[in-house]
Amino acid sequence: MSNIFSTSRNESWWRRQDWVLTAAALALSFVGTLVIWAATRPRLMSQGVDPEAYLKRHVAVLIIGLLLGIFVARTRYSILRAYAPVLWVFSAISLLLVITPLGKDVNGVRAWFQLPGGFTLQPSEFAKLAIVIGMAIVLAETPHRDGIPGNREVIFSLGVAALPVALIMLQPDLGTVLVIGAVTLAVLSVSGVASRWLLGLGGGVVVAGWAMVQFGLLGEYQLNRLLVFLNPNIDPLDAGYNILQVRLAIGSGGLTGTGLFNGPQTNGRWVPEQQTDFIYSAVGEELGFIGGATIIILLLIVAWRAFKIAGETSDRFGKIAASGVAAWIAFQAFENIGMNLGIMPITGVPLPFISYGGSSIFAIWMAVGLLQNIKIKQSD
Amino acid sequence: MSFVDHSYSRLVILRVLVFSLFVALLGRLFVMQIVNGEEFKNQAADARFRSVVIPATRGVVLDQAGRTLIGNRRAMVVSVSLTDIEALGDRGKTVIKKLAPLIGIPVDELTAKLSVCGEKGAAKPPLCWNGSRFQPIPVAKDLALDVAVRIKERQHEFPGVIASMQTVRVFPEPLDVNLAHVLGYIGPVSDKELAERAGTDDELQSTDLVGRSGLERFYDAQLRGNPGVTTYAIDRTMAIIGKVSETAPTSGSYLVLGIDAAVQKVTEVELKKAINRARNQGFAGTSGAAVVMDVTNGQVVAMASYPTYDPRIWLDGVTAAEYKRLTDDAANSPLVSRAIQGLFAPASTFKVVTTAAAYRAKIPMGSTLYPCPSSIDIGNRKMTNHESRAYGNISVRRAIEVSCNTVFYKLGYDMWLRDGGNDPTKPQDFIEKMALKFGLGKKTGIDLPSEASGRVGGRAFKTSQYEQYKDVWCFRAKEGYPSVAKTDPARAAYLKLLAQENCTDGGKWRGGDAANLSIGQGDTSVTPLQMAVLYSAIANGGKLYQPRVVKAIVSPDGKTVKATKPKLKGKVYISPSLREYLLTSLRGVITDGTGKTPFANWPQGRLEVAAKTGSGENGDKDPTSWFASFAPADNPRYAVVMMVEQGGTGALTSGPGVRKIYEALYGIKGEKLKPKQAVIRNSRPAIKLPKVKSDGSVEAIDETKRIDQVIKNLYGLN
Repeated sequence: MSNIFSTSRNESWWRRQDWVLTAAALALSFVGTLVIWAATRPRLMSQGVDPEAYLKRHVAVLIIGLLLGIFVARTRYSILRAYAPVLWVFSAISLLLVITPLGKDVNGVRAWFQLPGGFTLQPSEFAKLAIVIGMAIVLAETPHRDGIPGNREVIFSLGVAALPVALIMLQPDLGTVLVIGAVTLAVLSVSGVASRWLLGLGGGVVVAGWAMVQFGLLGEYQLNRLLVFLNPNIDPLDAGYNILQVRLAIGSGGLTGTGLFNGPQTNGRWVPEQQTDFIYSAVGEELGFIGGATIIILLLIVAWRAFKIAGETSDRFGKIAASGVAAWIAFQAFENIGMNLGIMPITGVPLPFISYGGSSIFAIWMAVGLLQNIKIKQSD
Repeated sequence: MSFVDHSYSRLVILRVLVFSLFVALLGRLFVMQIVNGEEFKNQAADARFRSVVIPATRGVVLDQAGRTLIGNRRAMVVSVSLTDIEALGDRGKTVIKKLAPLIGIPVDELTAKLSVCGEKGAAKPPLCWNGSRFQPIPVAKDLALDVAVRIKERQHEFPGVIASMQTVRVFPEPLDVNLAHVLGYIGPVSDKELAERAGTDDELQSTDLVGRSGLERFYDAQLRGNPGVTTYAIDRTMAIIGKVSETAPTSGSYLVLGIDAAVQKVTEVELKKAINRARNQGFAGTSGAAVVMDVTNGQVVAMASYPTYDPRIWLDGVTAAEYKRLTDDAANSPLVSRAIQGLFAPASTFKVVTTAAAYRAKIPMGSTLYPCPSSIDIGNRKMTNHESRAYGNISVRRAIEVSCNTVFYKLGYDMWLRDGGNDPTKPQDFIEKMALKFGLGKKTGIDLPSEASGRVGGRAFKTSQYEQYKDVWCFRAKEGYPSVAKTDPARAAYLKLLAQENCTDGGKWRGGDAANLSIGQGDTSVTPLQMAVLYSAIANGGKLYQPRVVKAIVSPDGKTVKATKPKLKGKVYISPSLREYLLTSLRGVITDGTGKTPFANWPQGRLEVAAKTGSGENGDKDPTSWFASFAPADNPRYAVVMMVEQGGTGALTSGPGVRKIYEALYGIKGEKLKPKQAVIRNSRPAIKLPKVKSDGSVEAIDETKRIDQVIKNLYGLN
């Protein structure tokens, strides 16, 4: 195994990791575990099944996620880069398969593989990581002496993102596409590409979005969600219902919340699938403003440390990849919490570290591992 | 610029961007939870709590001695919890199928009963449930105990089915009293009432029963008590997930009436007998009423109305056939209480008012004699001496005793002349004003709903009538009655003449009108209760009490007792000499006048009765029989008024009934006074109230059992 793992100063890698990052990420996972427990226990109890079923599965997933994170952090840089295309190809193939009948439909989005033991696999979560690493490799390997990628690299890197995005749009999972879009822009901008690329891409996204709505390329489900976002009262018992119940849950949390397991809105199952995309409403209700703000600040710390690692590393790949991870965590968190707070449309993206779901946890902890890897290498 | 410079500046931009996004999240979170938190909290609570109402036990109604007039009974009621059975795999189909034969109703009907009105697919009212779906729905009442036992024993086979004892209303009818018009009845609340009282302190629940008439209606708020409310938290599937709060119901208050069941029994029996007497004399005797009142405070001691009905028919919801029978013309509206809603000309009983007015007008009375011919001419009308005959020259006192109309015509006419006759200048209208002072023409304010106000047919009324109809009269005066003329030209000509007269002079207060008013005829109408209040006022020296049925309201634990204070509605100045004059005259009615026949051999020396008869002219119909009285004349306690519609004379029809009531009140046997035979203890309403104990049981006042036996012996009751 010694050829896989980084051997330099092997004994001190543990100390050289970004401890603030690790602590913030662990704190988020800890709170997430508690909230998943609190959000699922009453429902499971009323169904007469094991009330800790979700908690147990989540803890198992989290342990695997942490191990994956350590694995990525310890894997030698060259190996990571060598295997990044494998990860990307694997993601692309699974994204292709997931839209076939092999995949599983949830709320009109076909984004999951059903695994034994109640587990599911969501390839688009891994695709984010694959795209960050893939784009970073392409953009970092520029032949130009000033280190700024040329048009060829930019187009190639966009291709790295475009294929998975196209497949994800077929699911269709608009939220993940938005996150990948933000990540792509962040990666490109940090790689130093000419501003015209950034402006052009930004403009292209706006035009594409307008065209999708205009020419009916959005599914009815997506369109409804957007309309309901603009006015939740138009449909209080269907799509808008979720938004209203989520707002009631968060709003009634007050400063300190009702305490874990004590949220009537959560215990009454007024918010559907609360352990996944709407987990923040359980945080808001049961832990109040103090808990909700703590989560936002912890996520900001994680993103901040990622940016710090990006800023401090001299390695071009590391700089670009760390920025991509930072943008990913930050934007996905903003998208998720924003929709819970009613300032972003409802799109199905998980809240990093907090939401229940194996793929998300694996991908995010692997991303943390990547950040630590970059940090440790820089400290060599 | 190199890669490093570029990436550095862009990293800064990215960090600023991310930082602002997170600050925006924090700001939004702050607004939602801290700024608008309360509002969200309330909204959320509305959405996830449901209240279940536990009805309060309705208050008990007692007579003045403590006999239960309206009570409650425990009945085995089977209810079904909709939320429980709907949670079952087959949504309760098996349970319904099993329960239906057990409680003896078809499966379809039971299914219909278990639908919530207004929900999709629900049965139509009254089959569907008008309450909350979280409230157990009662599906069967008064089941045999073994049904309940079977449900309880095999509860696992009947999930969501509850067999429990609940209270339902009963009329124990002590001493066989009916008292239907006073007690009233209850019925399910209407949507309108629900809407009207929503949000007020007296909010109703859709499952409530509310008073529909009588005391049940007037004292509904006191009798209803406060329902208990249990609030449950529910989840989005509407399943109950926990209890949030619970308040126990408080029972309604006890009403202690001034009415005494024993006196009431006598009054009801005597009223019925008077009706029969009228019919035996060949009169129609269509309806009647009798009121016994305590003149010292306005407490009603007994109040009866004929025809009556069985109050129990309302208990399980009146059937269509029963309701038709009650409202049928042939039944002569038994739901109407003649005592407070029936309006009749007071006839000669009104002469006390005319006498008081004449006294006020300083018309010479005392020894002044007036001619009492069989008729006199007033204006162009010949006015006769209906129930009386010619007596020669007599005093006003004697005219009261023998009820000579012609003397009173003269008194009324003289007062009219003093007011200026046909050309009045500042008319005094002594009779009209006196009648109003005695409370006629307006409600007495008794604590019963739907009282009639009646009217004083004086100058003011005639003017208002004229204002209302003159356009029609004057139109007819010009145009005549062409449609009538086709078939009956003579009648048409007469009607046209009448219209012409009315058009020009219809508003004029004529001498004939004044004469008619003086004997309580014409447009004047009164309720028997108003006459009881009026005679009470004469008896007590002019005090016009607001009549009261309820004597005290006692809290369900018996601790708080709110006694009704006598309320003076008005005072008529009756000078000692007028009082003496009236008393002498009214006593004379019994000893030497129209009341002598019914009060033959009356021990006036032991119990002096003052009275006035009346026989109201009623167009083509038989006259209204009146007998208004009070006793003992020197220290009055009771006023007793009886009226029989189309009953003939006051003396022959109502008089004997009033006599019997006094006999019962004072225990008069033959010419002897036997206080032990009185149907009310010490012959007067008790000062002491029956005692309501903390467990809700009632201790009657002393000697109630003995008196019950007196009544039972009197009427051969068991």
